[in-house]
Amino acid sequence: MTDAAMEHTAAHPRFLAHHFTDIEQQFEAGTLGMWLFLITEIMFFGGLFATYAIYRLMYLSAFEAGSHLLDVKLGAINTAVLIGSSLTMALAVRAGQTGSRKALIVFLILTMLLGGVFLGVKAHEYHHKWETGLVPGFHWGPTEEVHLHPEAALPHVELFFCYYFFMTGLHALHMIIGFGIMAVLVWQAARGRFDGGYYSPIEVSGLYWHFVDIVWIFLFPLLYLIGGRY
Amino acid sequence: MSGHVVPVWVYIAIFLALLALTATTVGAAFIDMGPFNTLVAMAIAVVKMLLVVLFFMHLRSSSSLTKVVVAAGFFWLMLLMAFTLTDEFSRYWTETPSGWGAATSAPPSSR
Repeated sequence: MTDAAMEHTAAHPRFLAHHFTDIEQQFEAGTLGMWLFLITEIMFFGGLFATYAIYRLMYLSAFEAGSHLLDVKLGAINTAVLIGSSLTMALAVRAGQTGSRKALIVFLILTMLLGGVFLGVKAHEYHHKWETGLVPGFHWGPTEEVHLHPEAALPHVELFFCYYFFMTGLHALHMIIGFGIMAVLVWQAARGRFDGGYYSPIEVSGLYWHFVDIVWIFLFPLLYLIGGRY
Repeated sequence: MSGHVVPVWVYIAIFLALLALTATTVGAAFIDMGPFNTLVAMAIAVVKMLLVVLFFMHLRSSSSLTKVVVAAGFFWLMLLMAFTLTDEFSRYWTETPSGWGAATSAPPSSR
C-alpha cells in the first residue's frame, strides 16, 4: 500500500480503520461483535438462572422465606434508578449520533451518577445483611429476623442467600466495570474523540450497559418478589 | 453514519413504560394469584426486556444479521432452560429401577 492510500481523507476519515470498506461496515462489525459477547454473557448468567430455578423448585418455602427478608422498597427503587441510567445512556448514544460533545459528556456522567446510586443502595443492603447475620458462609446466623419470620430458620434459606449474593454480586461487578468504561468514554469525549459523527464505542458501551439493566430486570422479581407478600 | 437518530420522546416513552411495568410487577407480587404470580412476574420481565432490547439497544433498526444472531442467542438460552427444567420436572414420574441405589430414589423436598 502506498503512502497516499494510507492518508486520511473525507472518504476515509481518521476513525475508519483501513481494513473496513466504509464507516457503515465498521459500525456493523463492531455492533455485531458486541452482541456476540453479550450472548456469551447471556449464557453465563443463564446457567445461574437455570440452577436458581431448580433449587427454588426443590426448596420452595425456604426460597420464599429468604425473599421475605429482602427489602422490596429498596429493590424497586434500585430498579427505577437503573432504568433511569439506561435512559441517560440511550440519550448519551443519541448525543454521540448527533455529534453533540457537551450533551454526550453530561449524559455519560448522569449515567455514572445513577449507577453510583444503585451501587450505594446495594452496599447499604449488603451491610444490613451482614448486620443481621444473613451472609452465608462468612457471617451466617440470622438474628432479629428469625423472630419476625420464624420460617427464616429453615435450613435452605442460606442457599437462597448464596444465590442472592452471587447473582447480585456478579451484577454489581458488571456495573463497576461499566462505570470504568463510562469514565474512559467521558475522558475520550472531552478530548474530542467523538466529534465528527464517530460514536461506535459509545453505541457498544450502551449495549453493554443496557444488558446489565436487563439482568437486573430479571433478578428483581426472582429475588425480591417471590412467595407472595399478601 | 449507521443507525438513524431516534427522537428523544421515544426514549422518554420507553422509560416511562418501564417504570410503569416495574410498578405493576411490584403490585402484582402483593396479589394472591397462586401459581400465576411467577408467570405474571416473568411475563412482565420479558416485556421489559423486549422494550430495552428493541428501543434502547436499537435492535429494531439493526441489520438482519444482528437480529438473527440475537434471536439465536435467546434460542440457546431457551434450550438451556427448557431441557434443564423438563429433566427436573419429569425425573420422578417413573419409578427408579431397582438396583439404582437409594441415594437417587427419593425426591428431595422441604416444601
